[in-house]
Amino acid sequence: MEKLPKVGILAVQGDFEAHAATLARLGVEHVFVRTPRDLEGVDAMILPGGESTTQWKFLVEEGLDRSLREFAARGGAIFGTCAGAILLAREVHHPDQASLGLADITVIRNAYGRQLASEVRSGLTSLSPEPIEMVFIRAPIIDRMGPNVEVLATSQGQPVLVRQGRTLIATFHPELTSDTTVHEYFLRIASGKLDSADKVLARD
Amino acid sequence: MTATQGSNGSYLNDAWRVKVGLAEMLKGGVIMDVTNAEQARIAEDAGACAVMALERVPSDIRKEGGVARMAAPKIIREIMDTVSIPVMAKVRIGHFAEAAVLEALEVDFIDESEVLTPADEENHVWKHDFKVPFVCGARNLGEALRRIAEGAAMIRTKGEAGSGNVVEAVRHMRTITGEMRRLTTLRGDELMHVAKEMGAPLDLVREIARTGKLPVPNFSAGGIATPADAALVRHLGAESVFVGSGIFKSSDPEARAKAIVKATTHYQDAKVVLEASEVLGEAMKGLDIRQIEEKDLLQTRGW
Repeated sequence: MEKLPKVGILAVQGDFEAHAATLARLGVEHVFVRTPRDLEGVDAMILPGGESTTQWKFLVEEGLDRSLREFAARGGAIFGTCAGAILLAREVHHPDQASLGLADITVIRNAYGRQLASEVRSGLTSLSPEPIEMVFIRAPIIDRMGPNVEVLATSQGQPVLVRQGRTLIATFHPELTSDTTVHEYFLRIASGKLDSADKVLARD
Repeated sequence: MTATQGSNGSYLNDAWRVKVGLAEMLKGGVIMDVTNAEQARIAEDAGACAVMALERVPSDIRKEGGVARMAAPKIIREIMDTVSIPVMAKVRIGHFAEAAVLEALEVDFIDESEVLTPADEENHVWKHDFKVPFVCGARNLGEALRRIAEGAAMIRTKGEAGSGNVVEAVRHMRTITGEMRRLTTLRGDELMHVAKEMGAPLDLVREIARTGKLPVPNFSAGGIATPADAALVRHLGAESVFVGSGIFKSSDPEARAKAIVKATTHYQDAKVVLEASEVLGEAMKGLDIRQIEEKDLLQTRGW
């Protein structure tokens, strides 16, 4: 059996345990990352949902902002959901805040409204023929995308799942459902099985 | 695929999942009591993952007495306009009309709280009627499961609010986690009796027996005043902490808020908790729980 990627999950604040549970269902091990040292040997990183303002403070305080940029520059795969998407964006508005800038997108925080606008939707993606559940919690909207960003799913006219090379971004929370489609796709990106804009799944 | 996924709680409807979803996002963070926009700004800058808007912090409610009610909507709105993190606000136990006002105001979470003067001594709010999620306090597993059955999307220990003394939060967290551990050791035919003794719905008792954990996030509140207090309750199973009087009744709110946030995330690393503790001045003056008269305890409000 081939070697599975070693997956790190940023665990400073947020729903990192939900991502860990999803990976466990896929039989993939994880490490929780709280300091730059924890990143050693990690091939793929997940930035979970949570409060992006809180998470960003920890990234800067621990020097993880720099480590994550280096990780991406080395070719590490990164998957951000909701707050994680905000951390990965090049620009963040409403309010403006600093971010890692690893994906050429601009996001608007809490763009649908407050918690009362949170909802579960069902939507098609280019990852599988079946629709998947999409849980939106105080979700951001991707307001602008660069030319290298590929849209994998839209919902209500907005891109909600996008990819730029080895960076995958969801404005919803696949980790809060029992569906593992998006995580499986990310693991294939991390294993180098999807080099470009592959839309056909290379089933193992 | 199982019908439930731990605290993701997909065993009920989508509205429920969205409520528990926000609670999931608050894990590993600190929720701070604030009484105005200025304090909310300090809390957000310190790394709070949410703020709780209230009229007076619990230690002042304890000192000043009188009826404690939902905060003025004007103050809550100012706080909502000031910070980008979720804003919670408290309602009196059973006061579903205050809750409806907060929902109309579009707060992100409602705390049906024993810190305020109860409006109903028998009935809690039927929280399924609301789209906004609720958090409720509990001292033991039976109380936690009754609140979840009513629709609470998050449970917190009651502790003893405004005491600056962590002993009750510890007692309640150990009680809840201990009772859950015990349930996992019982035979299926023993669970009906347990449900009867606890006064908790059988389906939830059976779920805890199977999973060993609550179907909603389990946070800690009521007496946390120092970084080490936060680390202690995290070790005992709290997935996040609420800090009430502990921050803005200390001599150094900004530094203390930051230090408690840091200790909550890095609770397993004593060196970081030490670092967080070293920069601090005086914590709030605490109360010995044994010196508080029975009638003045907040934790015995609600059931």
